[in-house]
Amino acid sequence: MTSAPVLALRGVSKRFGAVQALTDVELEVHAGEVVALVGDNGAGKSTLVKTIAGVHPIDEGAIEWEGREVHINRPQDAQHLGVATVYQDLALCDNLDVVNNLFLGRELRRRGVLDEVAMEQKSRELLDTLSIRIPSVRIPIASLSGGQRQVVAIARSLIGEPKVVILDEPTAALGVEQTAQVLDLVERLRERGLGVILISHNMADVRAVADTVAVLRLGKNNGTFPVQETTQETIIAAITGATENAVTRRAARTAEAAK
Amino acid sequence: MSNDTKTQASAPTSAVDPRLLQRESGLQGYLNEFKRKIRGGDLGSLPVVVGLLVIWAVFSFNDSKYFAATTGTFVAYYMVGVGLLSLGLVFVLLLGEIDLSVGAVSGLAAAFFAVLSVNHGMNPWLAVVLTLVGGALIGALQGWIFAKIGVPAFVVTLAGFLGWQGVMLWLLGSTGTINLPDSGLNHFLSGNSFFLGGDISGGYILALLAVASMAVSSLLEQRRRRSAGVPFRPTSEIVLRSALLAVGAFGAAFVLNQDRGVPNDLVLFLALLIIADFVLRRTSYGRKIFAVGGNIEASRRAGISVSAIRISVYAISGAFAALGGLAIASTTSAAGQAGADPNNLMMAIAAAVIGGTSLFGGRGRVWSALLGMLVISSIQAGLYMLGLNLDIQYMIMGVVLLAAVVVDSLSRRTQKSSGRA
Repeated sequence: MTSAPVLALRGVSKRFGAVQALTDVELEVHAGEVVALVGDNGAGKSTLVKTIAGVHPIDEGAIEWEGREVHINRPQDAQHLGVATVYQDLALCDNLDVVNNLFLGRELRRRGVLDEVAMEQKSRELLDTLSIRIPSVRIPIASLSGGQRQVVAIARSLIGEPKVVILDEPTAALGVEQTAQVLDLVERLRERGLGVILISHNMADVRAVADTVAVLRLGKNNGTFPVQETTQETIIAAITGATENAVTRRAARTAEAAK
Repeated sequence: MSNDTKTQASAPTSAVDPRLLQRESGLQGYLNEFKRKIRGGDLGSLPVVVGLLVIWAVFSFNDSKYFAATTGTFVAYYMVGVGLLSLGLVFVLLLGEIDLSVGAVSGLAAAFFAVLSVNHGMNPWLAVVLTLVGGALIGALQGWIFAKIGVPAFVVTLAGFLGWQGVMLWLLGSTGTINLPDSGLNHFLSGNSFFLGGDISGGYILALLAVASMAVSSLLEQRRRRSAGVPFRPTSEIVLRSALLAVGAFGAAFVLNQDRGVPNDLVLFLALLIIADFVLRRTSYGRKIFAVGGNIEASRRAGISVSAIRISVYAISGAFAALGGLAIASTTSAAGQAGADPNNLMMAIAAAVIGGTSLFGGRGRVWSALLGMLVISSIQAGLYMLGLNLDIQYMIMGVVLLAAVVVDSLSRRTQKSSGRA
């Protein structure tokens, strides 16, 4: 890809007190590209996502948006740039209905008053194009199942016409069919020319939809691979730390004990 | 969202799972939907309306004069002051928070107004504006301490409950009471001034206005929704709802007309209820209040400034408390030490809860302030009429409040078990 990445992190670091959560992390996302962000628990995936989303401002390094440096200090900053984030804990308001959740924070207005009709119409259109099936767009989120909430949350990220969508473990709690639906959805996002950052533990999902895999290990980059030309073993080796890990150490120990 | 769950044949329904929540059009569909909601625990105002009818039936049975007009006016007379406190509290309760200072702020506001307008001879209208702004500032200060410093709202407003009462006593000085003239705004708020001078047409004009505006706006919305291809209320449902409102409105007008007419302070209260309802349900500000009451983290991530919402809601509560204090002082024609009566606070909270606003945030409507105050005032008027002492009154009020919260909790439980919490 020759054009400038829509979003690029340059040497990003983040500390929480004594914990160095991210160290000199680099990441590039191009338009129409699905970047899978993988790593073991505690590798810093969620922290990285939160720095992009403006929940945790970065300590060092720079974030570039379409080639120029930007500062993301609040969630609103990220939203204005065109970053939409779907968190693992979906962050929907249980007491509001589907339409209100979809448009929360960017309600449509007509003469200063909420335009419920237009919002309901657009919600139906959006859910239709994404083939999302829910009982009604006017029932509270509390009434929906986990899978339904997930697709509503993803649909919601598309309302603001973002350029980059971050999906944090979107398939973690879903059944087989719903997982396929979400992956279809991810591909549709790519077709629309969006950059997608997909956090996942599921290698099958990653290989199914991602173009690039970026591996984090202990808060640092541990390789970026094009999915087509990389074996699953290579990726897993990068995630676990390849040659030096618990498995190899155990193998070494057992080998020693056997002597 | 009682109004929008119906589906129309021509609407694009592919987003809707055909197994669930389909609804026939017409009145039958409305009734089925209603039954389903009741079974699901979504009781809405039903318990309080039924409760109100029971209360009126019981007292009328005990004393046939209960429904005679003086009681109606008596209810309206005492309802407005505390009702305004309760209206402000609904905003706070929607956030899932509490404001214990409204009683003290109302007393302080009355004293402040009296000192300005009586002792210093300030123009009463200017004094009113200053009082309301002062109430809003007090609320904003408490909201700021809660939102920015992170002190629990319960403690901040408990401190306010004590502190503002102290400021009120200090303002009132040694005399302890400042008499207010029964003129101008005080007269307007006193419950002794009546819409259209108490002319018998006044109440009916108001009732007609209310019913007509509801019917017209519902029909307009129906037309817009129909042309946009989204589900809309069937005409039969609009007719039914308008008819129910008409029964209530004309009934109230009739009762009030038996005595002297519709008190102006009640008209003001109703107007403020309509405005507040509009703000909460039709503006993005109101939507944000519901969102913060439902899920703070989700609101923050949606770009809502949670602190700004909290501070502004406490400011609203403070302003309504100040206005309520003026109304209470006007009915007694004096700003005195009794102005900060803690009972007013308790009654205001009880009214909101009895009316159906959840203490847990995110669920409720401003009309609960009206319905709750109707229940409380009706009971008070009835017990007063029966000549029961204060001790019995308090016991009964306690039971009623407990019953309201039990109904709230039970319906929440049913809602959970049927997946609609």
